[in-house]
Amino acid sequence: MGAFETLQSGFGFWNPFVWLGVFLLTMLIALLIRGLGTKKYKPGTPQTKPFISGNREENIEQLHVRAGNLYWGFLESMKSYYKHVVRIHSGMISDYLLWLFATMAIILVIGIYL
Amino acid sequence: MYANLPFIMVGVIAIIGIATLVFKKNIIKIIMGIALLEAAVNLFLVTLGYRHDSVAPIFTDAPSTQMVLPTVQALTLTSIVIGVATMALLLSFAMIIYKKYGTLNSEMIKRLKG
Amino acid sequence: MLHSIAKHIPALTVAIPLLTAFSVPVVGRFNVKLRNILVVLGTVLTSAAGLFLAYLVFTQGSLTYAFGAVSPELTVPPDSGGIPIRIIFSIDAFSAFMVLIVSIVGMVSTLYSLSSEKMRTGQDGFFSLLLLLITGVIGMVSTGDLFNLFVFLEIASLSGAALVAYRIDKGIAVEAGLKYAMISTTAGLFVLLAVGIFYSQYGSLNMAVIADKIQFTQLDMFALVFLIVPMAMKCGSVPMHLWTPDAYSRAPAGVTAFLVVSSQASLYVLFRVCFSLFNITMNTQVFGWIVIIFGVLSMFVGVTMALPQKTVKRLMSYHAVSQTGYMLLGVGVGLATLGNPEALNAYGKTAMVGGVFHIINHALYKGLLFLTAGAVIYATGKRNLNELGGLGHTMKYTMVFFLVGAFAIAGMPPFNGYASKFMIYESVFKFNPLLAIVAIIVSILTLASFMKVFHSMFMGPKLPSVGEVREVPKPMLVSMGVLAVLVVLGGLFPDIIIKSVIEPAVNALLAQGDYIGMVLGGQ
Repeated sequence: MGAFETLQSGFGFWNPFVWLGVFLLTMLIALLIRGLGTKKYKPGTPQTKPFISGNREENIEQLHVRAGNLYWGFLESMKSYYKHVVRIHSGMISDYLLWLFATMAIILVIGIYL
Repeated sequence: MYANLPFIMVGVIAIIGIATLVFKKNIIKIIMGIALLEAAVNLFLVTLGYRHDSVAPIFTDAPSTQMVLPTVQALTLTSIVIGVATMALLLSFAMIIYKKYGTLNSEMIKRLKG
Repeated sequence: MLHSIAKHIPALTVAIPLLTAFSVPVVGRFNVKLRNILVVLGTVLTSAAGLFLAYLVFTQGSLTYAFGAVSPELTVPPDSGGIPIRIIFSIDAFSAFMVLIVSIVGMVSTLYSLSSEKMRTGQDGFFSLLLLLITGVIGMVSTGDLFNLFVFLEIASLSGAALVAYRIDKGIAVEAGLKYAMISTTAGLFVLLAVGIFYSQYGSLNMAVIADKIQFTQLDMFALVFLIVPMAMKCGSVPMHLWTPDAYSRAPAGVTAFLVVSSQASLYVLFRVCFSLFNITMNTQVFGWIVIIFGVLSMFVGVTMALPQKTVKRLMSYHAVSQTGYMLLGVGVGLATLGNPEALNAYGKTAMVGGVFHIINHALYKGLLFLTAGAVIYATGKRNLNELGGLGHTMKYTMVFFLVGAFAIAGMPPFNGYASKFMIYESVFKFNPLLAIVAIIVSILTLASFMKVFHSMFMGPKLPSVGEVREVPKPMLVSMGVLAVLVVLGGLFPDIIIKSVIEPAVNALLAQGDYIGMVLGGQ
């Protein structure tokens, strides 16, 4: 069957049956671990509410972590890189054209001398 | 030197066009720069076909059979028509931007940035 | 009857959308339902013609079509002295591969737009422009003539710019359209300059004739640079990528999915010029490394600019820049090893297969992602990620399709992004390990930014400020579903796609002699 053969990249391989086998095995292990938990719970009691260590539960708008806050650490640590790169994306049309001509000039110079 | 004059003019007009494109701040002047660059490329195409002491490439009642190349003239005609359509589109965009933003300064028209 | 259709199919793939594009405003004046039926019919026929053309080329070898001749196979008339004098469409396996992509994404994009633009005015203009864009892209990838390439390039650029500015949006979309039109026109003028340089030296506009006679003079190097840099600009590679986020984020969602394909048609032109026109006559080391550097810069700058974005479509368009970097990296490695036959066979060809496979994978999963973003914007009316949340409770299908697209772009098995990235990593590592390390880091950052989008759009409690959202209409769901199924199938069974479609395409690209022989007839 042509569709189910192994894809060789010269250094590794991919076969959908092998992947399916590993996937099913991992799902089985996950189900087993899930089955080790307790099955009964009483709905409507503090067992089903989120536990915030006794603090007052805020309203829904403030519970959801917004997109701008998600990768704050990464963005803070690369601030010096971002300061320069975001400044280049200035939004002015003359800058867009300037980059096109500058790249063309640089590659022409490289092409003449190499 | 005299025979190369059209090619030198192509270079001069192209450089004036590129300088207008990159350094001017008014959108209409940037569009004029594009028109200058287009004129330079069209002049280049027509000049390519010229042969010394030749006549127009029409066979009926031709004074001699030494003729300039006709293919580049067809290329130039097509390019001029494409240029007309492009200018119409760009200028109508400029009109709508003036109506909605109130300005034609390319340093003010950068609401899309970053 | 089938045989005569098969003889004329290259012309039909361009003629059908062109005729439909010009009859849509006429019919739309009288009856709206009839116009919608005409648009669907035109797109279905174009896609069927494109698929039939791809089938013919992959089973029977390349096709040529001479316009205006007594019989379409008469590319070299007997009394012309061995020169092809007409405009010729020369469709080998790589062109057929691009026509295949255009057929699939064109139909999906039109189906989606029929439903998402239903409440807006000016639909006559919208659909005729979309059909003209399809014509332009199909013409660009099928033609064998340099000036014809320029004409179709301008058709595609102008229709694309007008479509980007279609929803005026208080002038912001028109600003994006103006920027796209200005930079595309300038790029087109430099391509015309390069065509003029080729004509003056070799006396012909046909790509096969020029490839036959080419010697790499100083002027030819100028023409190469005047072709490579504008085409790299049109596909959105750094440092000329500044127009990409503006244009992709402000166009209507169905149009953005097709603008991605239009950018890849420019990538096709870049590869066609480097491999079929010049091949080993140019300095492949230098220009291969230039393409690789474009690729690596695009990957890194694209993904790092995507992380802090607040609007979902602008984030996805920076990712389009980044994924184009993968294609440039893969094929650039192939170009750099072109003069070195044992390196080419060891890892150069695998890198090219990975890069070319990535083209179709990217068109499919990027189209899917833009369509899901468009669905979310259609349902809630908000574009900013900081205001969205908890949509997974009601928009279940959209969430599943988004997840499929997000895993595919991050390169997770069993989706198709994994299959092509796997080939690129393994072969680029053999060429230079540092490039493969950058590629893997970029893949991790891609996954990070899509998890950010997934969490902030679909996860979390139902927010009262977003309001009551319902699932989007059925035609939009069907179009997203088609792309999602193709993404999963491509990932589970990549071997059959590679053996039957991608490897013939890469072989056609590498063999310059076959390209010349196809038009000039057996040399």
